[in-house]
Amino acid sequence: MIKHLLSIDQLSVEDIELILHTADSFREVGTRKIKKVPTLRGRTICNLFFEPSTRTRLSFELAAKRLSADVINFTVDSKSSAVKGESFKDTALTIQAMGVDAIVIRHSSSGAPLRLSNWVESSVINGGDGAHEHPTQALLDLYSIRERFPSFEGLRIAVVGDIIHSRVARSNIKAMIKMGSQVVAVAPPTLLPSTIEGWGCEVAFQLDEVLPKVDVVYLLRVQKERQNEQLFPSTREYAAFWGLDRRRVEMLKSDALIMHPGPINRGVEIGSDMADLERSIITDQVTNGIAVRMSLLYLMLGGSERGPS
Amino acid sequence: MSFLFKGARVLDPTSGTDAVLDVLVNGDRIEQVGANIASKGAEVIDVAGAVLSPGFVDMHVHLREPGREDEETVATGTAGAALGGFTAVCAMPNTDPVCDSAAVAEMVAAQGRLFGLAHVVPAGSLTKGLEGKFLSPIGEMVHSSAAVRVFTDDGKGVQDARLLRRAMEYIKGFDAICAEHCEDASLAEGGQMNEGEISDLLGLKGIPSEAEEVALARDLALAKLTGVRFHALHISTAGCAELIRRAKAEGVRVTAEVTPHHLTLVDSELMTYDTNFKVNPPLRSAADVEALRVALADGTIDAIATDHAPHSPEEKESEFESAPPGMLGLETALGVCITGLVEPGVLTLLDLIRVMSTSPARILGLDRHGGPIVAGAPANLVVFDPAKRWTVDAFAMASPSHNSPWEGKPLRGKVLHTLFEGRLVVRDGSVLSSVHS
Repeated sequence: MIKHLLSIDQLSVEDIELILHTADSFREVGTRKIKKVPTLRGRTICNLFFEPSTRTRLSFELAAKRLSADVINFTVDSKSSAVKGESFKDTALTIQAMGVDAIVIRHSSSGAPLRLSNWVESSVINGGDGAHEHPTQALLDLYSIRERFPSFEGLRIAVVGDIIHSRVARSNIKAMIKMGSQVVAVAPPTLLPSTIEGWGCEVAFQLDEVLPKVDVVYLLRVQKERQNEQLFPSTREYAAFWGLDRRRVEMLKSDALIMHPGPINRGVEIGSDMADLERSIITDQVTNGIAVRMSLLYLMLGGSERGPS
Repeated sequence: MSFLFKGARVLDPTSGTDAVLDVLVNGDRIEQVGANIASKGAEVIDVAGAVLSPGFVDMHVHLREPGREDEETVATGTAGAALGGFTAVCAMPNTDPVCDSAAVAEMVAAQGRLFGLAHVVPAGSLTKGLEGKFLSPIGEMVHSSAAVRVFTDDGKGVQDARLLRRAMEYIKGFDAICAEHCEDASLAEGGQMNEGEISDLLGLKGIPSEAEEVALARDLALAKLTGVRFHALHISTAGCAELIRRAKAEGVRVTAEVTPHHLTLVDSELMTYDTNFKVNPPLRSAADVEALRVALADGTIDAIATDHAPHSPEEKESEFESAPPGMLGLETALGVCITGLVEPGVLTLLDLIRVMSTSPARILGLDRHGGPIVAGAPANLVVFDPAKRWTVDAFAMASPSHNSPWEGKPLRGKVLHTLFEGRLVVRDGSVLSSVHS
C-alpha cells in the first residue's frame, strides 16, 4: 500500500477494490455491540486540522479508536498560527517530533498535505485540502454506491453544483471515472473549471436534461459566500435551476440514488424533505465513512500481519 | 590598476564586433582593443575561449533595502549582480519605506556606491506608498543625486486609469519612463498561479492571461494618448507580446522586458506545489513561452530582466497560498539564458548580450553601460565561459534568501570575471569582499 494518501491519482483500480473489500469487514465490526478491534494498538494518529471540520474529524477519530490506535487532535486556527509566527514547516516538525505514525491533515490551502509529506517521516492522509482533493470522501462514496449497484461499469453519475471550488468533486470525478462510470458535471459555467472537458467527463449547464438518464445524482454543498462573489444571482435562483426538488426527483429513474457529502443545505441544493427519501443514502455515506477510513488506516499502517478479527 | 584580457572572443552589439581580441583596461577606461596588445605592466589575465562583452544591465531587481534586510541588502544584492555579470541594476521601489521620496532613493543609490560592486539606479514609485492614490514627488526624485529614471508601482498595477494618465503626462515632462506591472486587480484577485488546466487540477485559484492583457491594452492606449516613454515590466503572455508588437508598429514609445523564468519555465512546474515556482506574473503555458521567445528574437521585446525577488525561507516554507510570489534571478540569468535560449538556437550569443546589456542600458539612459567596447569607453565589462557546466546551489549564492526555482539544476554558461568601473569585482567566479575599503 502507498505510504501517503494525497490524491486519488495515487490509487489503482486494484488498490481501490482492496480498500472497499477490506472495508466490508470493518463495516461488520461497526454493527457489533463491542465495536473495537486491536489492530492498531500502540500506534498513534494525529488529526491535524487547520480548518474547522466536525464530521471528517469525528469520522477519522472514531475509525482510529475502533482500531485501538491512540488519537491526538491538533486543531490550528490558521489565522492564529500566522499571528504567532510559526511557519507551516515548523508546525510539521513539531508534530514529527512527537513521534506519530500517521497524520490526517485538513487544510484550507490546496497542496498542504503534499508539502507536509515532504517534511515528516510519518504517513500523511489528505483529509481535504482547499479546492484540491478529498480522497477519503471519494472512497466512502464509492463504497456507498457499491452497496446499491453490482458494478461501477456503465453507471451514469451526475455531479451537481460548485465543482470549481470543490475538493469533493475533484476526487469523486477522478475516482468514478477510474472505476468505469460515466460522469456528467452539472453547474452554471461560473461554477465549472474552464478546462473541465479535459477531465474525461461530460458537461451540462442545466440539470433537467440530465436527470432522466442518470443512476446517481451527487449534490455538492452550496457555500453561501459564492453568492457574494456573484457566481450566481441568489440561492433562490440556484435552487430554482440546480436544486433537487420534488419535481426533479420525479424525473429520476426508479432506482437512482441521491448522494451528498454533507452538511446539507435543505431548500438550496436539495428540497427540504428530499434528503429523507429511501433513495437518498446521505446517512449511509456517514456510516460507511468510518468503515472505509478504518480500512485505509489498517492497510496503510497495520501491514499484513494482523487482519480484523 | 590595469588589466590585459588576452584572447577573448569580444562580442559587442553596438559595433557588431565578434572577434578574438585583447582588451587593455586602465583605471576606469578601456585603453586599447586589438590583436596582440603588449602588457605594458598590466596584469595579464588569460581568457582564451571565453566571451568578453559589455556588463549586463538588469532593469528589474528587488534589493529589499530598506525594510527587509533579512532577505537581501544592497550589499548582498549587488554582490549577486556582480557574480551574475551585471554592472548596473534598477532597484524596484516596493521597499519599507517605499522609495517614494528623494531621501529613500538617495539612500539606496548611496549604499550602491558605498559597496561599489555594481551601479544601483533606484526606480521611484509612481504613487505615494504604492497606494495608487496620489502622485509621488517625481520631479524631486529625478533631480536627486540618485537620478531616478523609472517610475512604477511594481508589485501591482495602477488601477485608476485617470491617475495613470496624469502620471504619464507628468513623467513625460521630466523625460522619465513610466513602467507598469500590468495587472487588472479585479481579474487577478486571489490568484495563485496561471489559470488553466494545471490550476484546475491543483485546485488553486488562477490568474488569467487576460488580467495582464486587459491592463497592458489600457496602458498602451494611455501611452499613445500622452506620448510618455512607457515600459512594460515582465510580460508573460502571447497576447501581451502581440499587443506590444502592434503598439510598436503604430509608433507608440513603448519598450518591454521579459524574465528568464517566463522564457524557460511553464505552469506544470507547480504540480508539486513547490513555492519556489510561485511568481507574479505566474509561469504560463508552453504556447506563451514560445510566443515570448519569438517576440524576443524579432525585437518586439527589448530586454531580459530578472525580477530578482528574494524571499526568506520561512516565508516560502509555508502553505502555497500563504507564500509570497517571487524568485531569485541574478546569479542564474546568464546560465538559464544560454542553456534555454542560445543552445536551442532561439538567440545568438550576440543577441543575448544585446537584450541583457546594450538594450536595457539604452532604455535606462545609462551611458556608462552596455558598450561599446572601444578605446576610451568606460570599463564595465563581463567575461564569461559560455560552455562551462555548473549546478545551481541556491545556498551558495550571495543572497541570504534561497528561493531559486533552478536549485540543483545543471546549467551551461558561467561568469568568470566582472569589471565594474575598471575594478575587477568578480575574479574567477568569486566576488571581492572588500571593494569599498
